[in-house]
Amino acid sequence: MAAVKETIDTVAKLETYEHGFVTDIEMDFAPKGLNADIVRFISAKKNEPEWMLEMRLAAFERWLSMEEPTWAKVDYTPVNYQDLYYYAAPKQKVAPKSLDEIDPEILKTYEKLGIPLKEQMVLAGVEGAPKYAVDAVFDSVSVITTFKDELKKSGVIFCAISEALREYPDLVKQYLGSVVPVSDNYFAALNAAVFSDGSFVYVPPGVRCPMELSTYFRINAENTGQFERTLIIADKGAYVSYLEGCTAPMRDENQLHAAVVELIALDDAEIKYSTVQNWYPGDENGKGGIYNFVTKRADCRGARSKVSWTQVETGSNITWKYPSCILRGDDSVGEFYSIAVTNGAQQADTGTKMIHLGKNTRSRIISKGVSAGKSSNTYRGLVSAHARATGARNFTQCDSLLIGKTCAAHTVPYVEADTAKAQFEHEATTTRLSEDQLFYAMQRGLTQEEAVALLVNGFVRDVLQELPMEFAVEAQKLVAISLEGSVG
Amino acid sequence: MLSIQNLTAAVDAKTILKGLTLEVPAGEVHAIMGPNGAGKSTLGYALAGRPNYDITGGSVTFNGEDLLDKEVHERAAAGLYLSFQYPLEIPGVPALTFLRTALNSQKKLRGEAEVTAPEFLKKVREVAKSLRIDMDMLKRPLNVGFSGGEKKRMEVLQMAMLEPKFLILDETDSGLDIDALKVVSDGVNALRAPDRGMLVITHYQRLLDHIKPDQVHVLVAGKIVRSGGPELALELEAHGYDQYLGVAA
Repeated sequence: MAAVKETIDTVAKLETYEHGFVTDIEMDFAPKGLNADIVRFISAKKNEPEWMLEMRLAAFERWLSMEEPTWAKVDYTPVNYQDLYYYAAPKQKVAPKSLDEIDPEILKTYEKLGIPLKEQMVLAGVEGAPKYAVDAVFDSVSVITTFKDELKKSGVIFCAISEALREYPDLVKQYLGSVVPVSDNYFAALNAAVFSDGSFVYVPPGVRCPMELSTYFRINAENTGQFERTLIIADKGAYVSYLEGCTAPMRDENQLHAAVVELIALDDAEIKYSTVQNWYPGDENGKGGIYNFVTKRADCRGARSKVSWTQVETGSNITWKYPSCILRGDDSVGEFYSIAVTNGAQQADTGTKMIHLGKNTRSRIISKGVSAGKSSNTYRGLVSAHARATGARNFTQCDSLLIGKTCAAHTVPYVEADTAKAQFEHEATTTRLSEDQLFYAMQRGLTQEEAVALLVNGFVRDVLQELPMEFAVEAQKLVAISLEGSVG
Repeated sequence: MLSIQNLTAAVDAKTILKGLTLEVPAGEVHAIMGPNGAGKSTLGYALAGRPNYDITGGSVTFNGEDLLDKEVHERAAAGLYLSFQYPLEIPGVPALTFLRTALNSQKKLRGEAEVTAPEFLKKVREVAKSLRIDMDMLKRPLNVGFSGGEKKRMEVLQMAMLEPKFLILDETDSGLDIDALKVVSDGVNALRAPDRGMLVITHYQRLLDHIKPDQVHVLVAGKIVRSGGPELALELEAHGYDQYLGVAA
């Protein structure tokens, strides 16, 4: 009977990643490989201002002198940077002004993924769901941004970053690279050199953004790296909630995704940034899947500003990602809520940095790691307080749940305080999904998979509650799907 | 209704049940009494299908169907309910969520329509009231931080909501004070019905003052060594199990 169950599980798993299809469409590629000419090619494609090209070339020079970091607890086949395409865009004669001008194949792709690009559509399956605007990034370009005009009425700018570079060059120049400098790390330098698209958000002083904003990243083309760049600025007293989602086709080779996200919150501003990351994780043996090497950082630049990162990470073959907050403004607040689920041969090394620079700054970290299969799941976090950060406070809670006997969980917290007037608390637990709890739930009628899903969702509940409601439901399902076949 | 023939079962390669035979017809309540280590809880777990409880011989039919062939959740959907001696804590899952998920999973497996939220809540309120359970408690994660008595009442509440055909109560009286014992027993008695059978596993006679059995069986060293009417429980209370210990060995 066990063998039968195993076979059923294996078959079920093959169908688990439902976003693994490929869109057949004519593409424009830059020549393979990376050199200064490719950087110029990308910049020219985007009609960028001269200063942007200079910044890219400087970043490229810098990148050449850097080495790929090896400190994370992940093990992967090195990336051959000369064997990648750095620019891939759907062929389009003119830039689309409306949905009617977009290739129907692309529209179909987003429809299949359940992403509403038609402005009259609300989130599938949720009645009375609030409107939310979408920036759809397909490989290297943004294909459409919805609700742009409506947002403009309240002064909110939401568009592709390539468009922002042309339309609002001064704003971009003022903030781009001010949180994650080009020299920050290997992948950030690479991104600065070759980033092709991403989202730009500016919320003017005192404005509460009237709807949720979101960007949906889709990697489609083969052997292509995706290097998106997102820049969000909440001016004094502004508020914005932003969500990103990601998927990719099932391919046998690994694909590189090296993004940079910069958030800037000025006095009394608040940014809520949520991620539901579901990149293709690769197969059972770790073949294929996305290398997700991402730098995300927020600068709570103003007094009393606040940034919350919430992430649900279920995909990718390798994850290397630490959404962080620099708490520069006095009384500013940083939060990090994370669910990282690994199954099969996935490896995740993820966490956060809370850097307390201002007085009375506060931060809160809740991390829930769930590991199954042969996967490895590491929480790595830094909490530090500068000498002038008197009254700084942090609370960290890291919980790990193990499913089965072949997975691993690690917790690597760093705590540094240069002032005696800071108060840091750290709690950590590691538990194994108990056979007894499973039996108890199944005795009440749940199937094994329902029981695992229910128990895991209970484990991550504190974090799910931080997501915008309509996405919390999706995320809950995603967590369950990611763990299908993980027991038995 | 439940027919156990010559059942042998082992836990970690140690044989605990050694040829147990028992018939519980529909509508009857049978009590299993016995000393510690006799295999009372093992019987409950083996019937419910707990992993690592290996059935090494014999058969069990439930309403004419082979029970041992079914998975744990299929036995539950077929109507078998085990009230745990030590109910498990389920962190992060509100009792109401747990219960509704369980009820709908059973209904799905039986091909019945799922229960709607208003229907479900109406019934939960009634049952909770009769068991003196506060609705706020049902919004908290199941059994987390509940007292022993609260956990047992939750077991009875789940029982009443799931409406199983056959109940196994494993030491439901342990950890209960007199008042809680009364509430729990009343809850169980309310479920007595002509089409429902019960197996009450207990170490002490006092539970049987509240839940009156039709038959009492003495389980010693993995076998039923004696069966009789309710008066047998009183005899056991007076004389203990010593007289049987030699018999079974």
